Amino acid sequence: MGEFFTRMGDGSGIYMSAEDIRWDLEEGTRDAADRGKIPELTKEELDQLFEIITMPGNVVGVERGNEVVTTSDSGGCKITYHANIAIDRSTAVLIHEKVLGADSLDIGHIDYSYKAVKPVMHNEAAVMELAQLNSVMPVLYGSMPNLGLYTKPDGPVENWAELLPQGKIAEARAAQEEAVEHAVRDIVFVAGGMYEAGADGINLDTCGASGDADVLAALKAIEIIKQKYPDLGVEMGMAGEFVLGMHGQLEYHGVRLAGLYPHKQVKLAEKAGANIFGLVVNTNSNMSFPWNIARTVTFVKACTEAANIPVHVNVGMGVGAIPMTEVPPVDAVSRADKAIVEIGKADGL
Amino acid sequence: MEVTHEVAVGMGGIRTAGDLVLRMQLAKGMKINEAKKYVAEKLGVSPIDLSDCYVMKEIREDLNIGRTIPVTGIARGMEAKIRIAKVLGIKINSVERFMAKSGI
Repeated sequence: MGEFFTRMGDGSGIYMSAEDIRWDLEEGTRDAADRGKIPELTKEELDQLFEIITMPGNVVGVERGNEVVTTSDSGGCKITYHANIAIDRSTAVLIHEKVLGADSLDIGHIDYSYKAVKPVMHNEAAVMELAQLNSVMPVLYGSMPNLGLYTKPDGPVENWAELLPQGKIAEARAAQEEAVEHAVRDIVFVAGGMYEAGADGINLDTCGASGDADVLAALKAIEIIKQKYPDLGVEMGMAGEFVLGMHGQLEYHGVRLAGLYPHKQVKLAEKAGANIFGLVVNTNSNMSFPWNIARTVTFVKACTEAANIPVHVNVGMGVGAIPMTEVPPVDAVSRADKAIVEIGKADGL
Repeated sequence: MEVTHEVAVGMGGIRTAGDLVLRMQLAKGMKINEAKKYVAEKLGVSPIDLSDCYVMKEIREDLNIGRTIPVTGIARGMEAKIRIAKVLGIKINSVERFMAKSGI
């Protein structure tokens, strides 16, 4: 059999033999199963993955009827801040709705952190109000818990990243616990303001970027948001596949957060009251696309099987088997999407 | 890349019924097939029709619930969402606030 064109995790093109692709598929699923203590993909599923990877055509797609919906993180920032096109974010909402075929969009501040939004919440709420008047699709407000922003000199608490190398473990833990309380207050404050502005939902994105305390802040905030505003939709999106134990001892409802993989993360998101869970699997840029997609789908399948709420898989640069490059190739992106939806059974992206 | 996602696996937002299906996920935490089934029943079509822009263009036009090319006179933005809330039998936050603020 001849060679097939595919990609490395950094996006560069490579040719692989059928034998090498199958080898990487097996290694990828084995790696995920080993790390997450979850089942490997079956032989039939690996065959299906092989078929998707080697399909002719640049862009591939799901079979009719298997389409899913999409949410975003910093969606309102892509055209405005990222592509540097001088338009207002509420206009970006309409472009996504009427031109790009999005199912929803989240508006976010350029800093995309709840702490940064709090002092300008009234201005952010005005953008949401205007977007809501003109849009048909759901519009959410999104930001990160971003616990690191609460450390000195910019924030009120000691910097655990400085304390830990000094061996001040107890002090580092105390600082993180204090930061959680500040973050929860800010997230709930912004959620309340956006609820008043008519938001369809609040997106807590990149949860865990600062480790397990960051995840705890998100879970606690979601719990309060759902108590205060039961009608407000909540999406909880993760920062990585694995919760880093920067604190190491934090628990939520008796479950230690450090070390959790997606199929266990989603159960805590459900418990807190989230309506949608945003799963992340990191792309390894040194490994092939077949290796990365087998690994991703293994995690996704375990998570969707465990979940009672919809799971939207993050498929941006460097996650969900999407190559880690600024302009991800459509051949790899469309193949990742198809595999995640048809084999992983994702409810959305 | 967003365009690639939509082309490869996306429902397509208001081109079809993607916005309606997502509303059910966000409001009720419904998984994709459950949300499609709910919306399909409300619209009187089969779930597979929800992703068909030809079928959905007719339905969106008949129900006046928002279109990608909003020709003169049809419901836009909030006007369309007021109708969507009725069609789906759900409360939409911005609609509730609009009603309260405008004294309707």
